[in-house]
Amino acid sequence: MKRLLIIVMLLASPLWAVEPSEMLDDPVLEDRARALSQGLRCPVCRNESIDESNAILAKELRIVLRERISDGDTDRQAVDFLVARYGEYVLLRPDARGANLILWLAAPALFLIALGIGWSTIRTKRAAPAGLSDEEKAELEKILRS
Amino acid sequence: MRYCACMLIELGHFALILAFGIAIVQMIVPMVGAHRGNAAWMALAEPAATVQFLLTGFAFAVLTWAFVTSDFSLQLVYLNSHTDKPMIYKITGVWGNHEGSMLLWMLILTLFGACAAWFGDGLPTRLRARVLSVQASIAVAFFAFVLFTSNPFVRLEVPPLNGRDLNPLLQDPGLAFHPPFLYLGYVGLSMSFSFAIAALIEGRVDAAWGRWVRPWTLAAWMFLTIGIALGSWWAYYELGWGGFWFWDPVENASFMPWLIAAALLHSAIVVEKREALKSWTILLAILAFGFSLLGAFIVRSGVLTSVHAFANDPARGMLILIILAVFLGGALTLFAFRAGKLEAKGVFSTVSRESGLILNNILLSVSCFVVFIGTIWPLVAEMLFDRTLSVGPPFFDAAFTPFMVAIAIALPFGSMLAWKRGTFERATKALAGWFVLAIACAALAYAIQSGNSALGPIGVALGVWVVGGALADLWIRSGRDTVVERLRRIARLPRADWGKATAHIGMGVTIFGIAAMTAWQQEDIRVADVGERWSVGQFEFQLDGVNQLQGPNYLTTMADISVWRGDRQVGDLHPEKRFYPVANMPTTEAAIINGVLRDIYVVVGDPQENGGWAVRIYLKPFANWIWGGAMLMALGGCFSLSDRRLRVGASSAKRSAKAVPAE
Repeated sequence: MKRLLIIVMLLASPLWAVEPSEMLDDPVLEDRARALSQGLRCPVCRNESIDESNAILAKELRIVLRERISDGDTDRQAVDFLVARYGEYVLLRPDARGANLILWLAAPALFLIALGIGWSTIRTKRAAPAGLSDEEKAELEKILRS
Repeated sequence: MRYCACMLIELGHFALILAFGIAIVQMIVPMVGAHRGNAAWMALAEPAATVQFLLTGFAFAVLTWAFVTSDFSLQLVYLNSHTDKPMIYKITGVWGNHEGSMLLWMLILTLFGACAAWFGDGLPTRLRARVLSVQASIAVAFFAFVLFTSNPFVRLEVPPLNGRDLNPLLQDPGLAFHPPFLYLGYVGLSMSFSFAIAALIEGRVDAAWGRWVRPWTLAAWMFLTIGIALGSWWAYYELGWGGFWFWDPVENASFMPWLIAAALLHSAIVVEKREALKSWTILLAILAFGFSLLGAFIVRSGVLTSVHAFANDPARGMLILIILAVFLGGALTLFAFRAGKLEAKGVFSTVSRESGLILNNILLSVSCFVVFIGTIWPLVAEMLFDRTLSVGPPFFDAAFTPFMVAIAIALPFGSMLAWKRGTFERATKALAGWFVLAIACAALAYAIQSGNSALGPIGVALGVWVVGGALADLWIRSGRDTVVERLRRIARLPRADWGKATAHIGMGVTIFGIAAMTAWQQEDIRVADVGERWSVGQFEFQLDGVNQLQGPNYLTTMADISVWRGDRQVGDLHPEKRFYPVANMPTTEAAIINGVLRDIYVVVGDPQENGGWAVRIYLKPFANWIWGGAMLMALGGCFSLSDRRLRVGASSAKRSAKAVPAE
């Protein structure tokens, strides 16, 4: 489900700088190229994908990417081709290998820890009334009921 | 005349220095007075805060005057203005640069301090003195930063004949509103911070403290909401491809304090109503302002490459980092020593509003952490692991979205549970109908849409669920009676309840808008000849002509495209490609027909070799719901703020009202 969400988001993301002359005639290949180029960072730009960028290098990379795909590369091969030349810097979605595992797992781990702390907080709050006297308990019950 | 203007600039500069001096006094004297119980020393804080604000206001007015009159003897005006620039951009150009925007930051910071002095009558004298003193210490740090590293009043020995003009991307009405609102939000959180520090120094946090800190947080959060929404909308129409959020470091910098402030708003309610979660609320107040400072650091230092990089400088970044370290480090140290003293009182069962709000806080804080780690990871990876990498939108979409989905699912339940001890049955009963409706709407959306996108239907379901939950919450509050009587009761509910419902509805609307626009937008890129007609979706477009025109400080290529639906003309669009000769920079001006159900978004590109023009057309369904929802959230904050319980000084008003019948 999550994967699907991401793919859909990728496909549906907007573009800017793809020019009509660059586009492939085969709509299936073109869609693949668009999806890939939205996940690749333009190496000379500030913070844009090659799909959005106006830079000349971005345009060249878009064309290279389309050539690879037209030549029968899989998505992975086409991306690896660019990563081999420009480094993992061009990947807008960092891979989950090595130290990057921290990036991907830190938030879910923190979430579980936070849930644990939250749960124990709630439990101690709940346990607290047990220490009250019978009189206080009765009053508490009265308040709770109102 | 010229002589007078010269003097004026210097007076503005002196006013700023004087304000710095007063801030130092205000930082020290009331704090010492509060420790010794010296009323006169504590009372000094109020006039000091007022004068500080007036002096900063004067300095700001002088700088604005210099921009308006194009006084190029000021370096800042020379670098960022031009005589041909339209008047509105001469004025907004004051904060379209680093030095001027820092002065705006100071103006707002001192304004908040002054407001605390003006409207803080209900506060205990000691707490107010401490709050104002902490607020002044923040001002001292930033006055020093402005005066020593970013002085807007630096002169040029030989004034040039004309200026270098403002970055054309910033020559937009968006600049008039986006930064001031953002700063009102960022800086507003300094008040929550000051209240937290003052409470830690006093060693006391009670329900009253929760009630005092909430309006400030609410106001800051509201401004931040508006500022972020305006920025998103600005990017949408200005940058030329209709994206509304790019997970850019600078955007993230504003989003992190927003998320924490939202968490703080909710946890402060628990402090106010139930005197629980005290130390956690204090920590959130510290972190919220910490993230504001981190945002300032990210924007000003340029350590993270961003499309917003228009005013950065590593040396200045270093200074902000020091300010950040001192305030955050100091605050957290104080917190470590004093948090144990804050005794929690309220008890509650597992199923209760308190638990719901704890879940809200967990989800908001963790989602803030996702944004945080994604934003700084390129730095960490480079420093520690020697890997140069990027973290872009695909990461954030994947890592952030699940937490937002979880919040949307849990929100209607949590907001309906009773304080202290709630039951799921009550909420389930009230929500069952909305749940069915949400699923039905999702199914309908799935059936209508072309393609198999799951995003659209999920967005529809979550939107209906959250909006329905807010309505059901209002409905259930009206008790048992006839429909008319219940509606009458709903109308009479406290404004805070209306605020809650409105803000939550806004959240649902925004979720729906984001999902719908992302999932269902259509695009068309083509080369069009003049006179050519083509269709996109249910609309037809015709390129009627392309003209070269001259603007006040730019040249433009303006296309004339008519939009048709069947035989009826829907509109006439004029997308432009502009060129600003002074800045030597091209910009794209999209033309948009705004609609409730969809936006029609047209961009004209370059002329092609074989004749014709590149034209891009997007149909963006429900785009305006994204910002509409954000405005509803801010409106909800407004309602809540106007609730008499929160109105500053309400307690004293109540007291005098009670006093009348007693006489």
